[in-house]
Amino acid sequence: MNTLIFRTAAPVIVLVMLVFSVFVLWRGHNEPGGGFIGGLIAACAMAIYAMALGVPAAKKAMRWDGLGFAGLGVLVTAASGLLSLPAMAPYLTGMWTAIGPLALGTPMLFDVGVYLAVFGALATVILGLIEGEGE
Amino acid sequence: MASSADIDLAILVFVPFAAAMLAPLVHRLLGAFSNWVLALVPAAIFISLLGAIEPIAAGEVLTSHHSWIATYDIDLVLRLDGLSLLFALAISGIGTLITLYAGGYLRRHPDLGRFYAFILLFLGAMLGLVLADNMVALFVFWELTSIASFLLIGFDHTRQAARRAAIQALVVTGAGGLLLLAGLVLIHGITGGWSVSNLAAAGLQQHPAYGLVLGLVLCGAFTKSAQFPFHFWLPNAMEAPTPVSAFLHSATMVQAGVYLLARFSTALGDTAAWSILLSVFGGLTLIWGAVSALRQTDLKQMLAQTTLASLGICVLLLGTGGEMAALAVAGYFLAHALYKAGLFLVVGTIDHETGIREITVLSGLWRRMPVTFLAAVLMAVSMLGLPLTLGFFGKEEMYRALFVADLRAIVPLFVLIVGNGAIGAVGLLVALRPFLGPLTATPKAPHEAWPALLLGPVVLASLGIALAIGIDWTGLALLQPAANGIVGATGENHLSLGLHPANPILWLSVLTWIIAIAIALKADLIRTLLRRLDLSIDWSFDKGFDQAMFGLIRGAWQVTRTLHHGRLEIYLVTFFLMLALAVFGPLLTMGGLPRFPGVPQMPVHEWAIMLIALAGVIAVPLSPQRLTAVLALGVQGFAVALIFLAYGAPDLAFTQFMVEVLSVVILALVMTRLRLDQRDPRVFEDIIRDGGLALACGVGVALLLMVVQASDFDGRLSAFFTQTSVPLAHGHNVVNVIIVDYRGLDTLGEISVVMAAGIAIYALIRKRRKPA
Repeated sequence: MNTLIFRTAAPVIVLVMLVFSVFVLWRGHNEPGGGFIGGLIAACAMAIYAMALGVPAAKKAMRWDGLGFAGLGVLVTAASGLLSLPAMAPYLTGMWTAIGPLALGTPMLFDVGVYLAVFGALATVILGLIEGEGE
Repeated sequence: MASSADIDLAILVFVPFAAAMLAPLVHRLLGAFSNWVLALVPAAIFISLLGAIEPIAAGEVLTSHHSWIATYDIDLVLRLDGLSLLFALAISGIGTLITLYAGGYLRRHPDLGRFYAFILLFLGAMLGLVLADNMVALFVFWELTSIASFLLIGFDHTRQAARRAAIQALVVTGAGGLLLLAGLVLIHGITGGWSVSNLAAAGLQQHPAYGLVLGLVLCGAFTKSAQFPFHFWLPNAMEAPTPVSAFLHSATMVQAGVYLLARFSTALGDTAAWSILLSVFGGLTLIWGAVSALRQTDLKQMLAQTTLASLGICVLLLGTGGEMAALAVAGYFLAHALYKAGLFLVVGTIDHETGIREITVLSGLWRRMPVTFLAAVLMAVSMLGLPLTLGFFGKEEMYRALFVADLRAIVPLFVLIVGNGAIGAVGLLVALRPFLGPLTATPKAPHEAWPALLLGPVVLASLGIALAIGIDWTGLALLQPAANGIVGATGENHLSLGLHPANPILWLSVLTWIIAIAIALKADLIRTLLRRLDLSIDWSFDKGFDQAMFGLIRGAWQVTRTLHHGRLEIYLVTFFLMLALAVFGPLLTMGGLPRFPGVPQMPVHEWAIMLIALAGVIAVPLSPQRLTAVLALGVQGFAVALIFLAYGAPDLAFTQFMVEVLSVVILALVMTRLRLDQRDPRVFEDIIRDGGLALACGVGVALLLMVVQASDFDGRLSAFFTQTSVPLAHGHNVVNVIIVDYRGLDTLGEISVVMAAGIAIYALIRKRRKPA
């Protein structure tokens, strides 16, 4: 799958997709989008990168193990619920503050965790499958 | 001593448990004197129970009430009446002597502290069993005694025989316990309460479920009291140390079944089924035990088989019913507890001193162990039932209960006479053979036992005589109240010391003694004949138990091999078949198929999307190439995503698009990794089977959805979410707000599953990469 055209175009496509996935994550609370979809788009991006430039390059670009991302994601999600405990509210109660017109809260952190978990798990599966190809 | 009415019965039951927890510590601190200290616990219980004799003989009943599980109306109700008192005195009194004996018998054993703990645990459980007035409490203590018995039988756990015997006892008594629980729950369902003492008025005998209840309760009682055909665990339980055999498997635990039957005789008794079942099984057990006892050479086994026979006698008498039989049971229970426990202790002493238990080898020990010999003789005399012993009164009462002008009583009476004769013979053999005659060589040189080992047999033997000489007091204070507790009425005590030659019952006793002496003289011949018979029949109930257990394991292995064949194709077919059945079953049997809602009015572009989806679905089974099928699946998924978009669910559509893309990519990658054929290799029949299953599942789910749609929609949740998503959750996208905020915990679970699936798939992929 590494034709010249694909190899040249892949990094650009991957960059656009990754930026788009973060955008989808960010807009999820008020517009269609969210953590799940963002994670799926990012995983697709990694698939394209690995198909074009090979799995070692993809792994180097990720800098960290796919399962590591997944674990980090679950950890962030679980921890975002603990932030409500100092306020004596039950676990996973959403806590919000406002910076100017922008409202920030723990559900945002939760969504980031979801994104990382979905991305990590799917990237692991896809990279593993591509790596074993042609054996 | 303060009146026992002041002492809460619950204390009597729970103190042994507390002592059991402290026993190992006490043993570590006090070493060789720990048995004297720990024996204070059952001794204190015994003394406080002595104070209860008078009020209970006068007709009082002591109770104690503690709330336990309030929501189910289950309270810890303890009740002390004549029957409970008799058993409790035996348990605590013999328990004291056993604890003392164990200190001597197991001196220097590394696990002695644990042994004390188990014995005290059993003591508490048994006391709770005989005092319990609540069926749930009764069952809990019942099972605790089984567990304590398991721990004690397997005490010498390094020996395979001991472990096997412990497991066998636990399996048999535990299975019986489960059936008993079912029976007790059934009784609760019929009467509405958990109290045992109120059962007599509940009219269970007339209830249509009486047979089932009776069967279940009898199974529990028969397994615990080792009645035929559940008798085989008792001889094997002799693998336990001798103090355990003396305490549990002769005087107390095995009598728990007898106690249960006695307690329930007013509630379940007085029917033909009760009389026949108990008489038949009791009689069979008696005969079996008596005959088997004559076959043995190991002293402990001889005593164990006679215990079996004695239990049969008790059950038979309970089956006979009536006041005299109840008095007979009480008297025989007490006499048996005293002499059997004592004889076991004597055998233990012999074993401890000489190192051997075979009756054919031992001889002439009276010179070295005179006190033990005297005690043994006194107890054998009680076992034989000679006058001036408690056993005599037990036997007389037994015969009197059956000496009625009724033809049907002749057979039980005959069985009892012969059985008692055999039991008496074994008693004589155990007490006389090892002691009389010339002294033979034994592995260890014998000498008289230590005080701790002597106290038990001497006290028990003396009690057997003393209680008989004071039979007026014994009858009035102990036996008659117990009999009253069994039949629920007040009877007259007529036990007296004199012998009247004109009394026909006396001649029955004489007949018994003659039979006993005759058997004892011819014991060796009888034993040889029985052994020859045994060899010709190559089967035993014990072997049957082994066959049943191994058969169970073999059967389980066969079932596993059938269901877990390792073929993915058949797993999938089974799974989807079950899914289709699960969906169609309720639809067809309960709700009925939904009405078809009619062809919907849709604009042209929606019809076009539907056609694309349909084309994709049809192409999947029909395409000859695998890759084409995967792509068709993707096309169908895209069309479904477009439908979501057309009906106003952009998040869902977005997710569906991404999922479809990834599905196609991953399926194609897997295809190449597994190096599958380009063409689908399935034969026509398989395509029909798989396609038909897929169609059935799809149609089933569609019908299910139509049924769900046709019912009324409760819009409260949707209204709540749409109204509060902006003010409370600061978000306009209700779907996303529900996922990360309102239902955050569900999502946390879901991503944990995603992560776990990723780990599992990664492990599978990596495994393939490591070839041999």
